[in-house]
Amino acid sequence: MHLDHSVVLQEARAFNETPIRPRQSRLLLAKIVFLLYRGDTMSTTEATNLFFSITKLFQCKDMSLRQMVYLTIKELSTISEDVIMVTSSLMKDMQPNSEITYRANAIRALCKIVDPSMLPGIERFLKAAIVEKSPSITSSALVSSLHLFNEAKDVVRRWGNEVSEALNGKSLSQSSSFFGGSSSQNQVVSTSNIVQYHAIGLLYAIRQHDRMAVLKLVQTFSGQNKSSGWMGSGSSSVLRSNSAHVMLIRYAVRVMEGDPSLAPQLHTLLEEWIRHRSDMVSLEAARAVCQLKEVTDKQLTAAVNALQLFLSSPKAVVRFAAIRTLNVLARTHPEAVQPCNVDMEGLITDSNRSVATFAITTLLKTGNEASVERLMKQMQGFMAEISDEFKIIVAEAVRSLCGKFPAKHGLFLGFLSGVLRDEGGYEFKRAAIEAIVDLAKHVGECREVALGHLCEFIEDCEFTKLSVRVLHFLGEEGPGTARPTVYIRHIYNRVVLENAVVRAAAVSALAKFGAAPKADAALQRSVAVLLTRCLDDRDDEVRDRAAWGLRMIGGEQTRARYVRDDSTFSLAVLERRLVEYCADPQAARRARFDFGGVPRISRAQEEEARHRVRLDAMDQVLTGATLSAPAANSSAKDDVAQGDARGAGAAERVVEYARQLAAIPALAAFGERPLVSSQRAVELSEAETEYVVRCVKHVYARHVVFQFDVTNTIAEQVLEQVEVAMESDDIAGVLQPVVAVPIPVLRCDTPGSAYVGFERLGDDVVAASFACSLRFVVKECDPATGEPEEGDDGFEDDYSLEAADIGPGDFMQATYLPDSDALWEALAESEAVETFALSSFTSIEECIASVSELLNMCPLDNALAPRSKAAHKAAFTGKWLGQAKTIARTRMAFQKGAGVTMELAVRSEDPAVSELVVSAIA
Amino acid sequence: MGHYVSKFTSLFGWGDREVRILILGLDGAGKTTILYRLQIGDVVSTIPTIGFNVETVAYKNIKFQVWDLGGQTSIRPYWRCYYANTDAVIYVVDSCDRDRIGTSRDELASMLGEEELQEAALLVFANKQDMKGAMSSAEVSEALGLPRLKSRQWAIYKTSALKGEGLDEGLDWLVNAINAK
Repeated sequence: MHLDHSVVLQEARAFNETPIRPRQSRLLLAKIVFLLYRGDTMSTTEATNLFFSITKLFQCKDMSLRQMVYLTIKELSTISEDVIMVTSSLMKDMQPNSEITYRANAIRALCKIVDPSMLPGIERFLKAAIVEKSPSITSSALVSSLHLFNEAKDVVRRWGNEVSEALNGKSLSQSSSFFGGSSSQNQVVSTSNIVQYHAIGLLYAIRQHDRMAVLKLVQTFSGQNKSSGWMGSGSSSVLRSNSAHVMLIRYAVRVMEGDPSLAPQLHTLLEEWIRHRSDMVSLEAARAVCQLKEVTDKQLTAAVNALQLFLSSPKAVVRFAAIRTLNVLARTHPEAVQPCNVDMEGLITDSNRSVATFAITTLLKTGNEASVERLMKQMQGFMAEISDEFKIIVAEAVRSLCGKFPAKHGLFLGFLSGVLRDEGGYEFKRAAIEAIVDLAKHVGECREVALGHLCEFIEDCEFTKLSVRVLHFLGEEGPGTARPTVYIRHIYNRVVLENAVVRAAAVSALAKFGAAPKADAALQRSVAVLLTRCLDDRDDEVRDRAAWGLRMIGGEQTRARYVRDDSTFSLAVLERRLVEYCADPQAARRARFDFGGVPRISRAQEEEARHRVRLDAMDQVLTGATLSAPAANSSAKDDVAQGDARGAGAAERVVEYARQLAAIPALAAFGERPLVSSQRAVELSEAETEYVVRCVKHVYARHVVFQFDVTNTIAEQVLEQVEVAMESDDIAGVLQPVVAVPIPVLRCDTPGSAYVGFERLGDDVVAASFACSLRFVVKECDPATGEPEEGDDGFEDDYSLEAADIGPGDFMQATYLPDSDALWEALAESEAVETFALSSFTSIEECIASVSELLNMCPLDNALAPRSKAAHKAAFTGKWLGQAKTIARTRMAFQKGAGVTMELAVRSEDPAVSELVVSAIA
Repeated sequence: MGHYVSKFTSLFGWGDREVRILILGLDGAGKTTILYRLQIGDVVSTIPTIGFNVETVAYKNIKFQVWDLGGQTSIRPYWRCYYANTDAVIYVVDSCDRDRIGTSRDELASMLGEEELQEAALLVFANKQDMKGAMSSAEVSEALGLPRLKSRQWAIYKTSALKGEGLDEGLDWLVNAINAK
């Protein structure tokens, strides 16, 4: 349909004419709505003009025109200004003497245009509409209230009684009590069950933070008519809407998650609901059980049995829901899904390819080594028929199988290289490539074959990114193989045939072959010849890399430094610092960019961080947003945010701290940024107390700053002049308090930070403990606005916190140091050694964990994962005050009865530091 | 096409065309009460109008399309969106509100200055005459500066929307004034 934006707006002037022509106007409105739905943008002026023209249409009483007017107003409500001009007109239309069609639609439109301040004015009408007999009006009112809830929680909360009436299908006059009233036997049953769905959603929104109320809600509909006496709730109502029941199950699960002590009771309910006659409810209950965090095999049995039955349902959607749930369950509890194996094998040939795909991938997880081969063959048969989305799932499944059955690598490689030759999108190809890369990395015997497949793939690859990925990987792994020349040929082909990005990657890969420790002179010469040819490339990046590669081949030292460096910058921090540096026009003139301030991590650490992010992402894909309820979206988002935070890593947080600290003049004087900041915050208050306090320590060259992140959880209070008082007997002559920065105003749920700064009087450090308490002025406030009541001068109060500690570990930056063995030898003179008999530890694990915490250094290799129960060796690296490189090595032995005997040796660029670090343990 | 038809019928008087009337005035003057008094002949309970009410009122075989626009300060700026094609303005004044009669005069003056309303007849209702201490129509007229209006058909009537007094007389004048145009 071709509609021009400006033509339609031009035509819309007809709304200003009299008399109104209803049919024509309605058609015009439809065009406008079409434009908006299509995604056309309208300027505020255009929309406002249009809106005022549309208000003229209220003079016409034509019902179908009016309906279209409501619809258009709803769409314009977010674009146009002054939409409150139709408030009176809509309020008139929602009065009880209007037509039902008018009323329901007017309510929906009205709720779009009111702002929270006007809500009290229409509250009465909305409350009445919620308990209306007509389901369309009730539903409109409920859904609109749910939208309003986000903006005016306090007002909508007052409607709880009406909402529960709507939910229970009782009229107001019969029962005014909330839930408890079992007196009303003859209930007014609403004719449409969708009202219950809307009502339960709103009621949950209103009560979601009151766990007991939600529990009561769940119990009301538990279907247990016998008065069980739980929590004094004996009555029970019926949920006629299956959608509402599904929601109820989700709420029940959330109660269980919030309070594990209620889990057994609610679990009984879930099991009962699994036997519900509706497929939808039964599926949801089974899925809920399968997704519980701490579910026992016994509990799973009932759910899996139900799902097993659904697998043979004639409805494809039911089969799909069941197999998908089983698929997710198989990730964590493959043995619980095994009983369904026979049924799932039947589904492999299912006419619905999505069901078949899930069946296969589930079987791959539950299957044993013997059945895998058969399954893979079947999969090959239908790969061409399924969509990319499912191909990705298959590829991921194969990837995890690679780790599970490495002996079958030939089979997997065959399969993966086969699917790489087929048609497919980027994501799918990437998943397959990553699976091969995993195999090549972890299964030594198939590495050369895998690399061969990758070489073949890039010969004809349409995705630049994937070519680059493969070339990089060949550069990493190729030089270590028996015949590197094979790969060099493939790589050089890329230089000849591909675009600049791929050529540049190929040149880098070539350079790695030339610079590899195993490279003999002949190979180096050949690579040098190839790179020299690349010096004539059309693209400057390619030329640059070729020149760089040639230099690397030349000098053994440069090679060691750049090509074989096993550490890397913490990339997130590096990026942030560079952005800051570039954003400040003065910075470039003042000094060169300081790479020393960017923490280094080992490649292994980086790899691990990436792997973690990938796992998180995979979890999200498989269990996340698509499966969870709409109402659960917010929590899913939180999870994602947390995942991001974890992925970004501790180093990222340090940058954030530095930014906050630099913004406070009193602290900025201590230095540009702290040399060392704590890796994690220490809780100084118990969970779920009035005030939540976490402590982070920052060490500057001459100062130490304690940062206290305080959260006030009491809605009725505003705290002012919040500061932390710290007292200690241990710090005389070492630390002297110099500055305290209070939080001026602390409102509920908005965290603030208070700081206490100490000056270091010498180079000594102590292990000290501070008695801490929070001091502040309390003022009462209106929870809705957060403004303190007038004339309230407040009163002073304090609140004692747990002690905050400081020790030598706080002065150490846990940084990975490359080539620590060589460094260890070089620092031999500074060694401090001590032997400790630690009788209190009952295992090596316990001891090493405790030592690691005290040292606060970066553990190397398997430092924290002792292989033997009797003896263990570990090494740690770090930088004292972010500068002096320090290495700690420890050996420990455990004997039953005697505890752990440990020897700790520390070497540092600053000999005094060695002693200090050893003393950290004592 | 519809345009021609309306022109044609206008030769024979008003035909089916509705007379478009705005009821304006400060908040609390009684505009909405007057509108519904005219439409259903009774007093309805009202709340401050956020926006407008529009109703069709039949009086002596003439159909009036009456727009009652909210009088609150925040709504007044939007009056102008509804000026086009207006045949007459009924301006309602709370005769007891001596404090704000000045504001009322200013709003009236700026409204009458609008291009789109140059042809519109002006009917002023000095409302709330049932209350004690109400200004007389002459006082209101003077306070609003009506006598100094040039080239404008205008009239002022004492009314009580609650009792229904004076409204019909006003409308009678309006019918004549419009027919005379």
